[in-house]
Amino acid sequence: MTEHVLSHDPSTVGEVAGIRAREQRRHKASIALRYFLLAAVGLLMLYPLIWLIGASFKTNSEIFANPGFWPENPTLDGYIKGWQTSTPYSFGTFFLNTLWIVIPKVIGTAISCTAVAYGFARFDFPFKKVLFASLIATLLLPNVVTRIPQYLLFRDLGWLDSFLPLWVPSAFAGDAFFVFMLVQFLRAIPRDMEEAARVDGATTWQTLIFIVVPLLMPALISVCLFQFMWTMNDFLGPLIYISSVDKYPVSLALKLSIDTTEAFEWNRVLAMSVLALTPALAVFFLAQKYFIDGISSGGIKG
Amino acid sequence: MSGDSRFLGLFYLSPYIIGLLIFTAVPFVASLYLSFTNYNLMDEPVFTGLANYVKLFTNDRTFRKSLWVTLVYVFTTVPLKLAFALFMAVILNYKLKFINVFRTAYYVPSILGGSIAIAVLWRYIFADVGLVNMGLNLLGFESVNWFGDPTNALFTITLLRLWQFGSAMVIFLAALQSIDKTLYEAASIDGAGKWTSFIYITLPLITPVIFFNLIMQMVQAFQEFNGPYIITQGGPLKSTYLLPIYIYDEAFKRFDMGYASAIAWVLFVIIMALTLIAFWSSRHWVYYAGDKRS
Repeated sequence: MTEHVLSHDPSTVGEVAGIRAREQRRHKASIALRYFLLAAVGLLMLYPLIWLIGASFKTNSEIFANPGFWPENPTLDGYIKGWQTSTPYSFGTFFLNTLWIVIPKVIGTAISCTAVAYGFARFDFPFKKVLFASLIATLLLPNVVTRIPQYLLFRDLGWLDSFLPLWVPSAFAGDAFFVFMLVQFLRAIPRDMEEAARVDGATTWQTLIFIVVPLLMPALISVCLFQFMWTMNDFLGPLIYISSVDKYPVSLALKLSIDTTEAFEWNRVLAMSVLALTPALAVFFLAQKYFIDGISSGGIKG
Repeated sequence: MSGDSRFLGLFYLSPYIIGLLIFTAVPFVASLYLSFTNYNLMDEPVFTGLANYVKLFTNDRTFRKSLWVTLVYVFTTVPLKLAFALFMAVILNYKLKFINVFRTAYYVPSILGGSIAIAVLWRYIFADVGLVNMGLNLLGFESVNWFGDPTNALFTITLLRLWQFGSAMVIFLAALQSIDKTLYEAASIDGAGKWTSFIYITLPLITPVIFFNLIMQMVQAFQEFNGPYIITQGGPLKSTYLLPIYIYDEAFKRFDMGYASAIAWVLFVIIMALTLIAFWSSRHWVYYAGDKRS
């Protein structure tokens, strides 16, 4: 209020003070507005997830009647019955299947992308420009155009209804985005240590493993985390290649559950959705620095 | 390095080169060939020339509908998402406490968004008596028929994508934070206001990032599958029947591999054409600081 009074003071001193006060007030208003907007948008964004957690403990009749978070009659029914599923397999099987898809895929990605990125960033060889251009082209190439022949290829190899179509392309550095990210990161690392090691007689292979890989670790962790997340979320790949229920990952099992039980057992579907999101959320919160660094620096700088 | 490094480089690249040939290059060419055939998985492919394409453009209402829906989806989702992501990044780019908390909170949906669990959640919260309508009723609004009504259904899918603005926002924020602050000070001494500074300093300097986000979001949006497949199955009245779902149905439900490949190629040509237009036009609007200085 004093500021307000000051700003109407006719004397020069008062005028200066008034301008300053007005500026300060505008600054404060701007900060308050920013906080308000940030909090409102944040709440709007996260409330569906918060509601999901609450709703998974609600009874079926409450789910479409109570917009609040807190369940009136908390029950574990959704989790217990949802876990058992309407198939002969429990969600335990589906989680193990997901894990069994994710882990080899992440390992294959990490090894192949590191080798390829090292090749691109540290060596000169024939057709280097063409090959690097092909990497960028693959980055932009919509998968939709190669999907059908890939399916036919895997069918001819007898790989349908196995995890091989999901593992193998990644083990051949098939995810151009990760190679690109690692190349950018490597280009920013000084070569002194590697050259010193080479002078001391280390092979390029030893240099890669003992010098480059430790330096590359932050970017490599980002790659592994992104691949983990994307594979956990992958739906179309398993949908096309996996047909036996005993090999279903969580994503297909959830789709199956909405097709079979949705009409009346909402809390089971929601409870299993919570479980399906938990590993990704846990990994994200444990390692968020790597996600944000990965996406904001490695991907685009350079 | 010595002469042997010529082959060492190729040695390290060998997984990539093999994978590129087997899983990308050959399938790429094969799908173009398949698009000129009739192939039902049982018999050998029969070459039919342009028949698939002729049918697509003259005698396939589903395709025309699906193409239209896809274009509407992409041209609403991508600009809205980029604008919102930039807006939030500008708000966040300020000396605020808890900035990291907000950044993380906004990023969470991007991490989870592709998951089937989120598509399932979307089905529930936008149901007739779901969370969103309960909220609207509490605020005194009428319920909205989010995906029973063909005019709303596509927008409900768009909302799912908008909700995932976080990854684009993080990229914008990193670019905003790397802008030299003295530029703003100089501008304000010259009497430029906040808005002028934004238009003449901020926007030009982040055009490379806008360009990157634009291309990435566009390529991604054209291939949207999970959301509409789980939430609406392409309905009602094919109002969310995006081309990737049509391709999937033709290929893996009706086993018409030739026809599905033709649709995939039309989609591919559209994406490529728009990408090339973006690249070509980028000389006129993308500003690379390094280029101008040298």
